[in-house]
Amino acid sequence: MRAVDAVMECLKAEGVDVVFGLPGGANLPTYDAFVDGGLRHILVRHEAGGGHAAEGYAKATGRVGVAFATSGPGATNLITPICDAMMDSVPVVFITGQVRTELLGTDGFQEADTIGITMPIVKHSFMIQDPLEIPRAIHEAFFLARSGRPGPVLVDIPQDLSRAEIPYEPVADVRLPGYQPTLDGNQKQIRQAAKALAAARRPVIYAGGGVVNANASEDLVEFATADRFPVTCTLMGLGAFPARVGGEPHPQWLGMLGMHGTRAANYAMDEADLICAVGARFDDRVTGKLSEFAPHAKFIHIDVDPAEISKNIPAHIPIVGDAKHILAKLLVEYRALGADPERLGDWWTRIEGWREQYPLTFEDSSDTEIKPQYMIQALHEATAGEAIVTSDVGQHQMWTAQYYDFPAPRRWINSGGLGTMGFGLPAAMGAAVGCPERTVCCIAGDGSVQMNAQELATCAQEKIPIKVFIMNNGYLGMVRQWQELFWDGRYSHVETGDYPDFVKLAEAYGATGMRFEDKTTLVEDMKRAIATEGPVVVDVKVTREENTYPMIPAGQAAREMVG
Amino acid sequence: MGEPATKEPLSLEDLQASGNLRSGRKHVLSILVENKSGVLTRIAGLFARRGFNIDTLTVGPTDDEHISRVTLTVDGAIHPIDQVTKQLHKLINVLKIRDLEPNDTVARELALFKIAADGTQRGELMQIAEIFRGKVVDVTKRSVIVEVTGTTEKVEAFESMVRPFGLIEMMRTGEIAIARGRGET
Repeated sequence: MRAVDAVMECLKAEGVDVVFGLPGGANLPTYDAFVDGGLRHILVRHEAGGGHAAEGYAKATGRVGVAFATSGPGATNLITPICDAMMDSVPVVFITGQVRTELLGTDGFQEADTIGITMPIVKHSFMIQDPLEIPRAIHEAFFLARSGRPGPVLVDIPQDLSRAEIPYEPVADVRLPGYQPTLDGNQKQIRQAAKALAAARRPVIYAGGGVVNANASEDLVEFATADRFPVTCTLMGLGAFPARVGGEPHPQWLGMLGMHGTRAANYAMDEADLICAVGARFDDRVTGKLSEFAPHAKFIHIDVDPAEISKNIPAHIPIVGDAKHILAKLLVEYRALGADPERLGDWWTRIEGWREQYPLTFEDSSDTEIKPQYMIQALHEATAGEAIVTSDVGQHQMWTAQYYDFPAPRRWINSGGLGTMGFGLPAAMGAAVGCPERTVCCIAGDGSVQMNAQELATCAQEKIPIKVFIMNNGYLGMVRQWQELFWDGRYSHVETGDYPDFVKLAEAYGATGMRFEDKTTLVEDMKRAIATEGPVVVDVKVTREENTYPMIPAGQAAREMVG
Repeated sequence: MGEPATKEPLSLEDLQASGNLRSGRKHVLSILVENKSGVLTRIAGLFARRGFNIDTLTVGPTDDEHISRVTLTVDGAIHPIDQVTKQLHKLINVLKIRDLEPNDTVARELALFKIAADGTQRGELMQIAEIFRGKVVDVTKRSVIVEVTGTTEKVEAFESMVRPFGLIEMMRTGEIAIARGRGET
């Protein structure tokens, strides 16, 4: 069969049910194969939209996302999603067309050195040089994307090679002798960690996106509640530990930590004597000033990527492995020690004190004005807290992280590491395709949303019912906040004003447009928007100059929290 | 540092990298890689983007045609060697990395020196070459080419000896290294 037909067979064998992509000259053969390939393909309007949609799909479902693009500009338009997937460990396979082999290196039309350009931002990549390599490369790409620390893998296929006739046989094995991720964790180290936890008087569990990636949320809850361990999550880990149980705040949940985390979480880290990091990487948005981060703590660091351990913070008890495997073993070891939960009494008194003194709060308006924080609370109410929520990057992202109270993993989909504006809308599209049974909302910034608003056309055409709520303050809000706080209020190019008219924009794309400006009816209005069929874009006018608090100014210690 | 929050201009001293986990010596890394296109680029690119500086680099075949060996030296005084090797391990085509212990390793490099030498100086130069067990591989009326093999230190010592004669050109391969004893490198 043609190599491109073999590509279709490989994708089906890998369980792929949807591909996001856009055709062009170099992948014409591939797109011919879609005609009879028996695979759903969603035509996006910009390759970046396709890449982020594949990420959203992967994050929501836990399966590998797939995005296609042509050579040259098609491939370079994928750079941001590829880098985003690298930073946030998202399993996505990118398949790009390349110019004919005879044109390689000649600056041919739409030629770009895709492999070279993407090398620093992929987990691995395959440059196809022989059509017979294609099936193996595709299968190995999927294996690499989903195993170990997940990430983006790129396969670049020259146009002429994709047209070649090849004998296709399913590939059952992978031959990657240089790739053997450690999953199980060293039993001795796990035992040592259990002992340290049993002896700790002021422990904190600090969980990140690795717990979500490993599907280890239940294991985390079981372990944390085997004693009274306080738990905090990173931006990427939200939902790995439920913020609420039965409608009430989970008693062991401290909230998110880091730059816009809660005081309880950040102060607990600051005073902890033992921090157990699970699938988290001590990012600068979490640690603030490294030299003053958690000065009294010893560190247990559980991560599937050995390069993360002791990268920023030297670990006292390093454990390399998959969070699910290790938490299960840690639980067994911990139970065997029979630690006395009473020893944490004083610690909890201290934490409760912070919780009471510094709850996550904001000054609500007394009229009809919509405060951005309230907007998130209203969305929580309108969706009963059960929606998948995506976001762009900025103030609205932080408020969503603070106020939506995610009850489960894979509900909160955002761009943490790279901080990609324009991520939310296409990611929502991908999540909605992957989880059609669930309400999918995007909280977007009025600045960010336009960076991939073109995908509304895709949503309208494919009837993908995402509900986009634009938190519209007419500013690039987070930059404005920093200019206000740290640059003497000298606003420089942060005002976006009333442009565009988002209701008209939505309608032009074939979506439903709405505008909400009244707090008193917001919850009901949101319910109405969510009940509306098809894609909906809501322009929610919020307080213009609200700041995101609390906040640890960049490069400072947790103790310096303001707001 | 370098945060947009800090309005104050940064001094150049502030910008200099802060040190952590430095071993403080030269490291010779012997790396087995799959013999596939682009592998060297991946290694070089990794070093570049993580800010690690390669001092020397050699690549050659091994007894297995599917596998090549990269030998490179990095300055552990400047770079956290633990991060270097961990990041290298993440490259899918990297099979094995060994951070060779200087005392248990035989390391050699080859150097060619083109030295200005007329008839009056040639004798002295050849004496020096002999002391270093160098070989004269080319002679003209005004120049001599000497081949020297040895450790980096020996090559550098030879260089300092012949420099006063007038060093026209010098080429060095960078070190290759093999572990002492019966075990594989």
